[in-house]
Amino acid sequence: MAYYQNIFTQVQVRPVEPEMGVPVAVDERWGTPFHSYLMGLIGNAQVGPIYIGYLGALSFACGLIAFEIIGLNMWASVNWDPVQFVRQLPWLALEPPRPQYGLKILPPLNEGGWWLIAGFFLTASILLWWVRLYRRARALGLGTHVPWAFASAIWLYLVLGFIRPIMMGSWSEAVPFGIFPHLDWTAAFSLRYGNLFYNPFHMLSIVFLYGSTLLFAMHGATILATSRYGSEREIDQIVNRGTATERAALFWRWTMGFNATMESVHRWAWWFAVLTTLTGGIGILLTGTVVDNWYLWAVKHGVAPSYPHIYGPIVDPLSAPGGTP
Amino acid sequence: MKPVLGVAGAVAALFLTIAMFGTAGWTRPPLAVSQNGFRGTGMDQVESRADAIAVKAENVAPAPADPAEPGGELAGKTYENVKVLQNLTTNEFNRLMVSMTEWVSPEQGCTYCHNTENMADDSLYQKRVARRMLQMTQHINSTWKESHVHDVGVTCYTCHRGQPVPANVWFTDPGPNATSGFIPRNNGQNLAKPSVGLSSLPYDTLTEFLGQKEIDNNVIRVNATTALPTGKGKPIQAAEKTYGLMIHMSQGLGVNCTFCHNTRAISNWSESTPQRVAAWHGIRMVRDLNGNYLEPLLSTFPRNRLGALGDVPKVNCTTCHNGVSKPLNGAHVVETYPELAGPVVAEAPTGAAVPAPAPASPMPASPVPASPMPASPAPASPVPANPAPDAPKP
Repeated sequence: MAYYQNIFTQVQVRPVEPEMGVPVAVDERWGTPFHSYLMGLIGNAQVGPIYIGYLGALSFACGLIAFEIIGLNMWASVNWDPVQFVRQLPWLALEPPRPQYGLKILPPLNEGGWWLIAGFFLTASILLWWVRLYRRARALGLGTHVPWAFASAIWLYLVLGFIRPIMMGSWSEAVPFGIFPHLDWTAAFSLRYGNLFYNPFHMLSIVFLYGSTLLFAMHGATILATSRYGSEREIDQIVNRGTATERAALFWRWTMGFNATMESVHRWAWWFAVLTTLTGGIGILLTGTVVDNWYLWAVKHGVAPSYPHIYGPIVDPLSAPGGTP
Repeated sequence: MKPVLGVAGAVAALFLTIAMFGTAGWTRPPLAVSQNGFRGTGMDQVESRADAIAVKAENVAPAPADPAEPGGELAGKTYENVKVLQNLTTNEFNRLMVSMTEWVSPEQGCTYCHNTENMADDSLYQKRVARRMLQMTQHINSTWKESHVHDVGVTCYTCHRGQPVPANVWFTDPGPNATSGFIPRNNGQNLAKPSVGLSSLPYDTLTEFLGQKEIDNNVIRVNATTALPTGKGKPIQAAEKTYGLMIHMSQGLGVNCTFCHNTRAISNWSESTPQRVAAWHGIRMVRDLNGNYLEPLLSTFPRNRLGALGDVPKVNCTTCHNGVSKPLNGAHVVETYPELAGPVVAEAPTGAAVPAPAPASPMPASPVPASPMPASPAPASPVPANPAPDAPKP
């Protein structure tokens, strides 16, 4: 029993000749394949060879440039003190330009110019990686589901750092590069725009995010639970339904009266994941551009409930009694 | 390979677990929770019971001194150079002096402010500061009574707690100096600073929000007042600054956001608690105190009492509150010291208005020698905004 409950792969396949996969037209791979016990615990024990290509190399180079610019700016902000760099790393950041620079293409480097340069290279890196994913999927004769799912995440990234700042007329609206700083930015963003939880697209995004984790858990658990009957060959069982599939389906039909199929559960999972960032990006795009205060918007449209005021009227000291906030 | 990895993994997990329990500063149950909003709004104050007991024990008001014997000559006649408390009887005056020593300089004693050869001598800067602080205390307990301090009031002890310099004063934080040619984009934030609760928010918001008395009343407000945009709103950076100030207030008062706000609509006043109104006035009070009482002491303080940029020590919410929502657990400290409740007037109206003593002049003067400044009657008072509480009422 414990065999199926272990979180690590129990049987590592190590072929004498490394697996090279199906022959494809263009196949320039780099590196000598080797076997790794650690990798084998969580996936295939064989590592490499990797396809680099000019897109991969360019993407890596651009990513490295962005990484270096961000890292060196962070290090400079603690006066090149290596100890402070390590201690304060989670707090350090590369901030976008100040509001007064608007959409200026290159403000002074220490006033946000570095942020724009880093953002350019990071974006270039991500977009090149997307093209690479797309071309490799096509080269293998696959569908392009993976690149399009990645594109959904890129959409949210571009809205946050590029599209929305342009619509707001200022790069200062973008997110800083930094661990805690981008989290504090997120909190401040919600506070600035009157509580993002009243943004319906934020609501949808949360539904899809949490829904994704729920679906992932349900599906993963179902497959693991029926592996002893051969359900790890789940794709095969889409057409040749075996006892594993039937038991899995029956389990859900017993417990909730309805079941996904071996095929449909993957559509559910893909769409939930893709819609998380797609709706999230729409929600961010609307914030500040067409809605300035989500709480008041929610009151206006009957979304926000009203609670009794237990303290009697609390009046803004700056306004006449009865005024709005 | 496998056993080695297993042992290494177990050791790493063990150390991480120890680090997690030992260093993360956990607040452990049992908790003390109080509800301060409608049910379901999550407006609760949560603290551990042990912390609640500890912070209460740290904020106990000292027992007041025995009342002074009534009657007797006025201090202004008994002693020379009495500028603020001249209308107290000598007994009351001496009682307050003894109490002040216990509140402010229990170890240093009278000589912290006084030249014992001549108690009237103003040569020590401490004495000139103390005189201004007495006026400030009277000002707080009178002008700000209705809107902020109410019957609780303040004495020297509220902030000083037996120390000549209160534990929680603040200076403008200039941030790190760029010592290389590569000037980083610091933006006055993104360093682990206690002033904003170790967040990465702007760490010097107090200079703008609490240090400038003439600042626009709306500067802290960042939310739109309409659902849809009506013009260019405030940038996210402004929201981060306000957030930083709010973290300071939360820490200074030992409360969370929901003490004042219904966090579903932070900016909405009708959803807020009465404490938010008190806090709003508190912000104005702190600006008033910093601008009208502390900044003018710039030339009185010696250099070693000033901040990195040569600015005076200033007050914020924590200076008085020290981690509790009502300083000294809400004890009515000023009741037993009526002379601190406001400027003391002579019992019989004499008609001869005594001019308010001027604070130390803002002009650059040597702080050490006995200057005639404090003796001169209010010619260059730098407090035009709030003259009333200083001027004795006829």
